[in-house]
Formats: sequence, structure tokens, C-alpha cells
Amino acid sequence: MDRRFRLAYAGAVISTAALAAAATGALVLGAIGASPWATYAVILTGPLKDLFGATEVLVRAVPLILVALGIAISFRSGILNIGAEGQIQIGILASSAVALALPRLPGAVLLPLCLMAGAAGGALWAGIAGVLRARLDVNEILSTVMLNYIAAQLYTFLLRGPMIDPDELMTGSGTPQSMRLPKAAWLSRLVPGTRLHTGLLLALVLAVLVWLLLWRTTLGYRMRAAGAGRKAARYAGIDVKRSVLVAMLFAGAFAGLAGAVEVSGVHHRAIEAISSGYGFSGIVVALFGGLHPAGIVPAAVFFGLLLVGADMTQRSAGVPANMILVLQGVIILAIVSARMYVANPYARERAARALRRLGLLAAPASPGEVSEG
Amino acid sequence: MRSLALEDVTKRFPGVLACDRVSLTVRRGEALALVGENGAGKSTLMNILAGLYQPDEGRILVDGEPVHFRTPADAYARGVGMVHQNFMLVPTMTVAENVALGLRSLHRGFKLDLREARRRVKEVSEHHELPVNPDAFVWQLSVGEQQRVEIVKTLCLGARLLILDEPTSALTPQETDDLLSRLKRMASELSIIFISHKLAEVKALSDRVTILRHGAVVFNGATTHHSTGELAALMTGREVVLPRNESSGTQGKPVLEVRALRVRGERGHRALDGLDLTVRAGEIVGLAGVSGNGQRELADALAGLRHVESGSILLDGEEIAGRSPRAIIERGMGYVPEDRHDEGIVPGLSVVENLVLKDFASPRFSRAGLLDLQAMARNAAALRERFDIRCSSTAVAAGTLSGGNIQKVILARELARAPKALVAVYPTRGVDMGAAEFIHEQLLALRAQSAGVLLVSEELEEIMNLSDRIAVIYRGRIVAVVPARDATREQLGLLMAGVAHG
Repeated sequence: MDRRFRLAYAGAVISTAALAAAATGALVLGAIGASPWATYAVILTGPLKDLFGATEVLVRAVPLILVALGIAISFRSGILNIGAEGQIQIGILASSAVALALPRLPGAVLLPLCLMAGAAGGALWAGIAGVLRARLDVNEILSTVMLNYIAAQLYTFLLRGPMIDPDELMTGSGTPQSMRLPKAAWLSRLVPGTRLHTGLLLALVLAVLVWLLLWRTTLGYRMRAAGAGRKAARYAGIDVKRSVLVAMLFAGAFAGLAGAVEVSGVHHRAIEAISSGYGFSGIVVALFGGLHPAGIVPAAVFFGLLLVGADMTQRSAGVPANMILVLQGVIILAIVSARMYVANPYARERAARALRRLGLLAAPASPGEVSEG
Repeated sequence: MRSLALEDVTKRFPGVLACDRVSLTVRRGEALALVGENGAGKSTLMNILAGLYQPDEGRILVDGEPVHFRTPADAYARGVGMVHQNFMLVPTMTVAENVALGLRSLHRGFKLDLREARRRVKEVSEHHELPVNPDAFVWQLSVGEQQRVEIVKTLCLGARLLILDEPTSALTPQETDDLLSRLKRMASELSIIFISHKLAEVKALSDRVTILRHGAVVFNGATTHHSTGELAALMTGREVVLPRNESSGTQGKPVLEVRALRVRGERGHRALDGLDLTVRAGEIVGLAGVSGNGQRELADALAGLRHVESGSILLDGEEIAGRSPRAIIERGMGYVPEDRHDEGIVPGLSVVENLVLKDFASPRFSRAGLLDLQAMARNAAALRERFDIRCSSTAVAAGTLSGGNIQKVILARELARAPKALVAVYPTRGVDMGAAEFIHEQLLALRAQSAGVLLVSEELEEIMNLSDRIAVIYRGRIVAVVPARDATREQLGLLMAGVAHG
């Protein structure tokens, strides 16, 4: 089977999948009486029509990249962290608390301190699950999901109680949000007039560092070995329990940092629903990106596009944003299945055989033999 | 079915010609052995026969009539059934339930006729003298019993031609003998194709033998007319002589001394109960025993992977009992573990990475926490050459290599560290003769460099060929240590069975 056929095969599978996804989506949209064409056009091109939309895509991509990098470290190390959502929230609380407690510090000190506090908070929260797994063999999926619930309640409690903005109490509106952070704790804007902030650069630098960590350092090697072959790693003298704990701390730190960056870069105060599911979308982004930084960055941008597009359809095409989540699900399922098909040599061979039967493809050359096709 | 024939069957996988115009026949009442090294195309050929793959070219004939097997069900409909090397049983179900899984005729709507399934299991197992209890859960059965269940299941599904893919690879010697004699009886009314590379078993069971090399048939003839040596030469394409430990050697001071070792096994029972053993420098000690008598626990305890209850283990004079695996590795212990795929390598990492699994943090392969990828690649290239590791590239995942080559990767990693003592557990289990020969040579070479080797094996042939002394383990103790040159199979067999004392 030659290269040309392989490329054509991959192209055909991916376009078939994309078409199938689009057709399924069109059915769903048609069912609620919306125009599929208009909706698709808005999702895919709407955000890119102006500078603001394009930068918003990147704004959404920043927390997704950060969370997904942490997820990639933990999944590659053999521990399935589902708790990024909770770790983000603890990160937000920790960084906001530091910023509000030390308002007089200069930006060069306060900003890094806030980001570190966010990372530390996330790491601490993830570390609970890590220690439970390493010491008592408690399933990390169970513990991280439960810690999400606890974090969500803690978050709401603190924003409605101890950390609530005194102005909200005075005016009596009672919106659950913290005081505005001092300016020194803000990430500066990259493009004036948009919300795009320097957190993007931080995320890109960290993507490179995570790649270095996993594939160029002994620590990363240890974690990957323990993740890919727990038993063999133990037999080779690697402390698997420690490696699991370290990976969990990294994952939590990245999620916590995502929360801190979101506060410092976009909202400038802790409000409810800051995360809006980044902790879960981050898992999808990480898997979509092949648990590799080079895949995670484009995957996060693609997801950012879908998220911003969803907001836009609500406004301009009259399609509820929740419908867009359905479309997202369909698209992701289609692309993931297409990738499995492209990677499967048997499926490729079956396709070649079928084409040969139809006479659309020449029989494989086999020396000294007449082929029956 | 009276006969089954393959005619000029060719099968290509991307980049590989797995079967190259293979023809073979098997008749009723006949046992045909299909022999070849790992990767010779045996399993591909049988998967074609069982309806899992379809041939690119060539035909399958049943009683002279061409047939097309598109699924295993098609093959069963013509009486062809396969027992796979890895059992295809659901452990949480009973034997009868497992059989019923494949019997479509018993599924009526939402009802499953388990009583009929039990009846058929009973009937087949009695008729063919394959005792199985239809109500036993599969997880409760030993490997040998599971093997019988697989065979009964295949027969219940209507197989008259039984394909067995390396059926003895996971069995103990006793279970192997038992299975072979049962198959021999069954062959009188069925047809059997038996895939193996253990030539002694081929001689014991088969009437005819077909040898594959690089996907093509190189030999086809009556088993009785050819010695195992001739068959081995045909299989590998050259003369294979398993090396023997013939030099008397100069044995030095003890490198491994085990005193009164007590260790508990997986189920909490005392697997080692006051075990004493000494291995000296420049010596191979063979540990003979029926598997399950504490071999696994001893090997794990020596490597620091199992809690030592009491007793002492000295490596080169230093106490290592209770130390971490890392500390023991650093003091010069090498280990070739039993389960090479799970314990020996990390299948998802590359060959390069697996070759430094114990040394990636040493100054040879890293500086200040950063890996030296060039040094790792150089190491892999050198070891690949020296240990004849066959892979398309050292960047491929180690799990994609054949069993023999995985074992070479492990051996290369362990021997390159120049260990003071090496524990090798079933080092040649399931590997072909060419690889076994190579592994034996390497163990002897290590001995010549005055390391101490503890060789755990269930094949007496291997132990007697390689060892200086043979220790027999029975119920967690060493019951006898005999010089290898004086040992006989009969004497060792009695000691292993716990009948005699040394």
C-alpha cells in the first residue's frame, strides 16, 4: 500500500467524519427550527471576523491550555485527575486571598506571589487525592470528584460569607463576589481594547516547559515509566507511589494556576462561575491533544473557538448556547472515532481490498505471481 | 470433516509478508504440528483458518470443497475451532455460562438454556476424558483446568478440527504431560493442529510436522522420521546447539547468601519457610521445583519487592533484607523477572528508554536531572548490536517486539549493569530456540565474568545444562542441593515432588 493511498485514506476518513458530524448537528438544529448553515457559519467564522472575537478565542484557550497541561502530566503518570474543576476554584480563592491581604505590595512581587498562591492551592487540593491514592490506594477518580463537590461548596461559602465584597453587603445587592483585586495583582493586557492578557505567554512558555519536563528530565521519565508500566517501574526500583503523588501535585498546581490567571487576567475579582467547566473541558482538550503539549495548544484554541462561537450563536443566530454543547459533543466524538480509524492498519487494508474489488485500485505488486485481486 | 487443506495461502500486512503461499493438509485422526520461530507466520496462518483474518490469495478446502471463512462462526460451521494462546474465558462466569456464550442455539429471546449448556459440557468432557466441572467459576480454576475448559468449549461449539496455539506455554510440566496424553487420545477421532516451538512436545504428540520459516513452508513430513535436532535446524535455518556449562570454573566467595528466610505469599500463607541458599561468584545455581513452591516469592524477596518476615539475605556480604528495591539494585543485584511483559519492561516506552529503566538517573545518562538523549541512543545502539535485539528501530515501543526480543532487551539491560548477582526467572519460557540459545550463552558468559547466577526454571533440561549446582525447592524450603554433574532427571523429579530427601 503506497503513501498516496494512505494519505487519501486519511483524508477520506476525516472528511467523512466531519460531514457525518455536520449532518448530525444539522438534524439537531433543524429539530429546534434553527438554520444549520447560519449556525455553522457563526460558530466557525463569527469569532474570527473581528479582533475582539479572535482575541476572545485565545482568552478562552489560556485556562484550557493550563488545565490540560496538568492533566497530561497526571494521565501520563498513571493517575486520572478528574478534579481540575475543584483545584481551579481553590486556586482562585488562594490567589485572591493573597492579593486582598497584601494590597500594598508592588506588582513585581504581588503578581508572582498571587500566581504561586493559586498554584499552591490547587496542588494542595490535588495533593489530598494524591496522598490518599499513594498511602491508602483510594481510587483517585472517586476522591477527585468528591473533592470537586467540597471545593464548589467551599467556594460558594467563602464568596457569600467571609470573602464577600463589603460594598455588596452595604448596597444590599449581595452578589457573591470578592472585592476587586489591587491593580498590582493584574496581568497586563496584550492587545489594548481586548481582554487578551499576558497569561497567554505564560501558558505557551509552560507548554514548552512541560514538554521538557516529560521527555527531557529524569523526573519526567520516572513519572512516564510509572504511568505506563506501574509494575515494571517498581521492579526497576522506581518509587511509584512518590511519582504518583508528584504528578498529582503538578496537575493540581496547573489547575490552580489556571484559576489564578483567570482572576488576575480577566475578571480581577473572584466571582461565581469563573471556571464554567474549564476543569472538565481541560480533560477533553488534553486527550484531544494526545496528552502532548504540541497537541494541547491547538486543541485548546479550537475549543476556545467553539466556546466563543457558542456565545455568538446565542446572540446572532438565536440558538441557545446549550445546543452548541450538543454540537461540540458530536464533533468531538466524530473526530476521535476518525482518528482511531486512520490509525488502524486493518481498517485501511479492508478499504483497499474493497476498492480493489471495485476495480478502483490496482492490485498490490507481488513478484513472480499473477494476482487474482 | 475428513480433511482440510490450505492451498497457496498468502497474507500481507502493511510492510510484512506474513504468509507466503503456504499449503498444508490435515486429515481426520491426525495430529499435525505447526512449528516455527516467533514471527514465522504460524499464528497468522491459524487465524486465517479460524476465520479471524482472510487470505489475500489462496484457498481453504474442506473435504476438497473451497470454503470462505469470513468470521469465526463460519469456521465453526465447517467444524474448525481454535484454542487461543491467551484464554478467552470470562473469569466471573461458570464453565457452563462460558460455553453458553458462544452457543447461539441456546439463546432464545431473553432466555438462556443453561441446563442444555451444562449437559453438553458434561457430555463432551466425559466423551473426551477432559474432566471439568460445569458449575465451577473460571477464576477458581488452575491454568491447566482453564486450558481444558477452553478445549471443551471449542468442542461444544462444534469443532472437529482443533487448532491449539502454543497450548503448553503457561502450563507446569505435569500439566503439560497430562494435556499431551489427553490430546493424543482425542486425535484418534478428531483432527488436531498443534502450534509449538517445543520440539519435545511436537515429537510426543504429532504424526506429521510442517515447519514455517519467514512465512513459507520449509519442511513437511512424518514426525517419527526426524530427530528434534533435525527439526530445530530446519526451524531456525541453521544448526542449533543449546550451550552447556562444561567448564569446571573457579568458584569464589559467596555473593548471595540466604539464611532462614521467611516470606509470606499473596494469600497470606508462608511461601518461604526458613529457606537457606548460597550462590558463589562464578557459579550458576539452578533452582528446580514445581512452580508454586516459593520460587516467585524468593526471587521477589531477593529484589526487595516482597516484605521479609525474618531471616537474612547477604549480597556480597552486605545485608539487603528489608532494603528498598533501588538500594538493592544499586548494590549490584540483577533481576530477570517472571512476567517479562508486565514486570520486565514498560511496554509503552521505547526500546531506548527501556534499556535505561534502572540507570536513567545515573551520571551516564543524565546531568543535573536532564536526560542525555544522545548517550541513551548510543547505549541502545550498542546493546542492540551486542544482544542481537531485532527491531525495526530502537525508537519503537518495546511492547511491540516478540517475546524473545523483549527478553533480550531485559537481559541486555541487566547484563550491561555488570551485576554481582543475577536472579533469572524462567528466562527462556515461550521464546524460540534461537533466542533460548542466545540467552543461555549470555548467562554462561556472565558466570565467566564471576557473577553469581540464580536460575529459576521449570525445565529440567535447561537447569541441568547450565547449572554448577542444583537446588531443589519444595514448599518454601531447599530440600536438597546436588552438583549438576551428578544429578539425574529421576532423582530431581522425586525431590521436586517432595518424595525423597537429598
